[in-house]
Amino acid sequence: MMNSPDLKVNIGGLILKNPVLTASGTFGYGEEFAPFVNLHRLGAVVVKGISLAPRAGNPPPRIVETACGMLNAIGLENVGVDRFLAEKLPYLRGLGATVIVNILGETLDEYRELARRLGEEGDIAAIELNISCPNVKKGGVAFGSDPKMARAVTEAVCRHARQPVIMKLSPNVTDIRVIARAAEEGGAAAVSLINTLLGMAIDAETRRPKLANLVGGLSGPAIKPVALRMVWQVASAVKIPVIGIGGIVTAVDAIEFLLAGATAIEVGTANFVNPKATEEILAGIRSYLERHKMQSARELIGALAPDA
Amino acid sequence: MADQYQSKAKVLKSERLATDVCRLTLLCPDIAKKARPGQFVMLRIAPAALDPLIRRPFSIYQTTAGGQLQILYKVVGKGTGIMAGLHPGDMVDLVGPLGTGFPIDVRPRHCLIGGGMGAAPLFFLATWLLRHPDAEPVVLLGARNREELRAIAPEFENLGIPVGLATDDGSEGHHGYVVDLLADSLTGEERPWHVFSCGPYPMLRAVAKLCHLRSRRCHVSLETMMACGIGACLGCALPRAGLNGYLHVCRDGPVLEAGQVAWF
Repeated sequence: MMNSPDLKVNIGGLILKNPVLTASGTFGYGEEFAPFVNLHRLGAVVVKGISLAPRAGNPPPRIVETACGMLNAIGLENVGVDRFLAEKLPYLRGLGATVIVNILGETLDEYRELARRLGEEGDIAAIELNISCPNVKKGGVAFGSDPKMARAVTEAVCRHARQPVIMKLSPNVTDIRVIARAAEEGGAAAVSLINTLLGMAIDAETRRPKLANLVGGLSGPAIKPVALRMVWQVASAVKIPVIGIGGIVTAVDAIEFLLAGATAIEVGTANFVNPKATEEILAGIRSYLERHKMQSARELIGALAPDA
Repeated sequence: MADQYQSKAKVLKSERLATDVCRLTLLCPDIAKKARPGQFVMLRIAPAALDPLIRRPFSIYQTTAGGQLQILYKVVGKGTGIMAGLHPGDMVDLVGPLGTGFPIDVRPRHCLIGGGMGAAPLFFLATWLLRHPDAEPVVLLGARNREELRAIAPEFENLGIPVGLATDDGSEGHHGYVVDLLADSLTGEERPWHVFSCGPYPMLRAVAKLCHLRSRRCHVSLETMMACGIGACLGCALPRAGLNGYLHVCRDGPVLEAGQVAWF
C-alpha cells in the first residue's frame, strides 16, 4: 500500500498544504462558500481584492455570459480594509483557513498603506498584488502594463509587507515575461497569472454594449489555452514560482498548468459554476498522482515533455 | 446562509404547459425541505458541459413534503431550450435554497400580483399564506395571451381564492396590464394591505409606484444577471434607493421592499 501522495508546495518560502487556491474575486471573502467547501482543506483562500476605502463598484449590468466563459466589470467592489480585518478575516481565521489577501490601489501610497496594515496581521499568509484589473480607470492597469511601474509597486509593497508578496499579472500586455521579470526584480516571492482578458459583448438587437462599463474581463474555460501558454512562457523567464490561473474547471486542467510550470493554481470562474470545484480538483489531483504512482505533486511542476 | 446545498436532483416530470411555458419537477429533498417562498435555486443542466457555462437562477414554484421541488419557466434561450428537453430520470445540479424570500406576516391582507413567469414564486407564497386560517389573499395575474394565462392561472384558481386576470391581447380577462387591476383590488380599510409582486421590471416599477402613492406596503421579487447566486460574484448589483450604493439581488433579494430600490 502506497503512502498518500505529498501535495505540499512552496510559494517563495510559504509552504502550502496543497496547490489548489481560489482566484480573487470569484470566492468572495470565503464565508460565501463555507456551505459547500471545507475552506481549511484548500491550499489557500485568496479573498476578493481589498482597497483602503470601501468601493461600491460599477453600475449594472456587470456580467454577461459568452461562449464557454463570461465577461465581468464588477469594478472591484469591496468592503475596504477596515471592515475586512474586523468582520471577514476573523471568520476565516476561526476556520483555520490559509488566507491570502489580494490588494488594490490607485497610488503607490495606497499600496504601501495596505501592505503595512495587512503586515500587522500575523496570520495572513501572503499578499497578492492586483496591478492588473481591467475594470477601473486609474491605478491597476497602468501598474500592470508598465515594467517600471510594476517594479516600483512591487518594491514598495515588499518593503512594508511582512508576508511573501505575489504579483498578479495581466495578460493584456505585449510580452507578459517583461512584467514578470520586473516583479521578480522588485522582490516578488511569486507571480500569479493570468488575470482576465479584456473583452466586449454587444447586443445586435438593441445595438448596445451588454456591459454598462462597455468592456470587461473575460474568464472561464474560453481563456485556458491563452493562460497555459503564458504560464509556460513566464515559468521559463523567471526563477520565482508561478501560480497558474485561467479557465481551470477540472483536476486535469489544474495538472496541465502544473506541467506547464505552475507551482500552484487558482480556481476562478469554476467556483460560480460548481461551488465545490476546488475540493473536487484537489481530490482529482490526488487520484492522478496515485494513478501515476507519483510521490509528490511537486513532481508535476514543469514536467512537460519536450515535444509532442 | 448556512442551510444551502449543492445537490444532484433527479428529474421526475418535465411538462410543457403552453408553447413556451414549461414546468420541471425535481427530487431534491435537502433543498426542498429548507426552501421558503421567494427563494431561488441556481440550476446547471449538464454538469460536464462548458457552454452554456453559467448556472441560471429560477424561483421556486412549490415544494412538497416528499422532497420535490418545482420550477416554472419560459423557454427563452439556449439553456431553457435544453431544459425543456429533459426527461424523467435525467439529473441536474442545483444550488439552493438561495436569497431572501417574502416576509410572511398574516395580520395584513395580501395582494399577490404577477406578470408572466413572475407568477411562480407567488404560487409558493399563496400556498404558504393559506396554511393560516385568517389569510385572505387576492391574486392578480397577467400574461401575453390566453394560452400563456391558462398555463399559469388554473393552479391559483384551484386554491379557491379570488384571481383577477389580464392579457396583453385581451384574449382573456382585462385587456391591458395587470397593474390596471391593482388599484381596485386594494379596497377595504379594516385590514391593511401588503402587496407582493413578481414579473417584468416595468410592471414592478408600476406596482411600486402605485403602492407608494397609496401607502401600501409592497415587496417585489427582482431578477438580474448573476453568476453564482451566493454573494461572491457581485454581478447582480441593483442601485439602492437614493443611489446610495448597490443592493445584491442574490443575497439582499430577490425579494426587496419596493422602497429600497432606485427605480429607473
